[in-house]
Amino acid sequence: MLIKAAPDIRSSEITDRRLYVSRREFIRAAAAGTAAAAAGAVFAGSEAELRAATPASHGRKLENVGKSPLSTDEKLNTWEQITTYNNYYEFGVDKDAPSELARGFKTEPWTITVDGECARKGTFHLEDVLKGQALEERVYRHRCVEAWSMVIPWVGFSLSNFIKRCEPTGNAKFVEFTTLYDPKQMPGTRIPVLQWPYVEGLRMDEAIPNQDGAPIRLVVPWKYGFKSIKSIVKVRFVDKQPRNTWNVQAPSEYGFYSNVNPTVDHPRWSQASERRIGEFFKRKTLMFNGYGDQVASLYAGMDLRKNY
Amino acid sequence: MRARALKPIVFLLSLGPAAWLAWAALTGNLSANPLSDVTNETGVWTLRFLAVTLAITPLRRLTGWNDLIRFRRMMGLYAFFYGMLHFMTYVVLDRFAGLVEFPNGIVSWTTVRNLVKSIGGDIYQRPFITIGFSALVLMVPLAITSTAGMIRMLGGRRWQALHRLVYVSATLGVLHYWWLVKADIRRPQIYAAIVGALLVFRLARKRVASAFRRTVTAG
Repeated sequence: MLIKAAPDIRSSEITDRRLYVSRREFIRAAAAGTAAAAAGAVFAGSEAELRAATPASHGRKLENVGKSPLSTDEKLNTWEQITTYNNYYEFGVDKDAPSELARGFKTEPWTITVDGECARKGTFHLEDVLKGQALEERVYRHRCVEAWSMVIPWVGFSLSNFIKRCEPTGNAKFVEFTTLYDPKQMPGTRIPVLQWPYVEGLRMDEAIPNQDGAPIRLVVPWKYGFKSIKSIVKVRFVDKQPRNTWNVQAPSEYGFYSNVNPTVDHPRWSQASERRIGEFFKRKTLMFNGYGDQVASLYAGMDLRKNY
Repeated sequence: MRARALKPIVFLLSLGPAAWLAWAALTGNLSANPLSDVTNETGVWTLRFLAVTLAITPLRRLTGWNDLIRFRRMMGLYAFFYGMLHFMTYVVLDRFAGLVEFPNGIVSWTTVRNLVKSIGGDIYQRPFITIGFSALVLMVPLAITSTAGMIRMLGGRRWQALHRLVYVSATLGVLHYWWLVKADIRRPQIYAAIVGALLVFRLARKRVASAFRRTVTAG
């Protein structure tokens, strides 16, 4: 269901968006033959974007992609910026490593294992995870703990919908995500830079009003970028707070919540301001990255200095 | 080739990284965050030149090519040059650009005051900045006293004692790099190993020399 771009959108912009969304080069490889598969689940979250992100399909637009009032109208970063400046340690610690080393990464077939405190345990094919989800485009600010930021459009669906389908039990207090660990494909994981596989977590009620970058990644725009876990292969509902990778790596620097907070500095980077990629002057960092209206209530009464 | 003939070549080669960086930044050949690249690259080149400077004496001893000494001052001054570039990029690209607000316009005393406050606060608050800044400050007297006139004025022994500060500077520089890295400390480790080896060489030589003296006196 790939159709021509609507004329009201500049073609340059569309190219960028499709490509942004892919964000990682490996996605390109998914391409070609799978477009049909994606069509069935067009909205299909990143899945669909993956398909659309083949170099050949520049300028194509996916059907049934809803707009979201949550989108920012700030200027988008370029495809080049978004696909060559990545923190994706599974492929290497340098920002340009993922764009080179993830080229051959196989995203097809892909399965996600659901486990823990929920009724619908099992291993599901990506297609099944995506089936029936309403696709939405959201343009989000992305803020890295290293004090740089970008504006990135994503196509995906709400994480809450996914969670509902898993039917978590009353014991599920947190949801834990795990990235694929595959040293053959992910050269970065051959070196114990971090404890592999990468693990991230959200409190259940944090996960519910928000959006998932779909089949493969999470997008949690009011938290520092490292919370937005990539290439997800496992989702587990648990009663205890997950031990997220960066927190294990350096507990005094990275907490569990990791909400964007200009008043709580990281010991090495001031979080008060950030450089939007492509700009010279920095800008003030907004509380919750500017998503306070939507999420501040989740943390009412919490000391965010302690729960950083 | 003689050292004298090589000198201009080495001088120009040492400018290479700065020239390349300027070219790459202006032509868009750096990453999507070129400002951070410039800061990182100038920092790494400072460490490299410090290591080269420290390597000259051991190399002389090992190879017997005594003319190498003619390059030591140049290498040391290049370390200082890249260190200053590194500091200036930090001041302009990180601190100045990070002021966010310019209440009396960009060109004003308020801006200067806020900039100084911002740099001072950063040096005070962030240990890796504190030691990086210290490493650079320690290089200032060395750069100033690098001329032949200054060496004469201070006298060889005192001059040499003063210039041992470079050991501290290099050590702090490596530590600065180590502390700023997020997770993958392999590269800082390499610099630590190199600088460490160069310092150990000096210690070991001193030991051997004094042991030798002791034997001679005893004999």
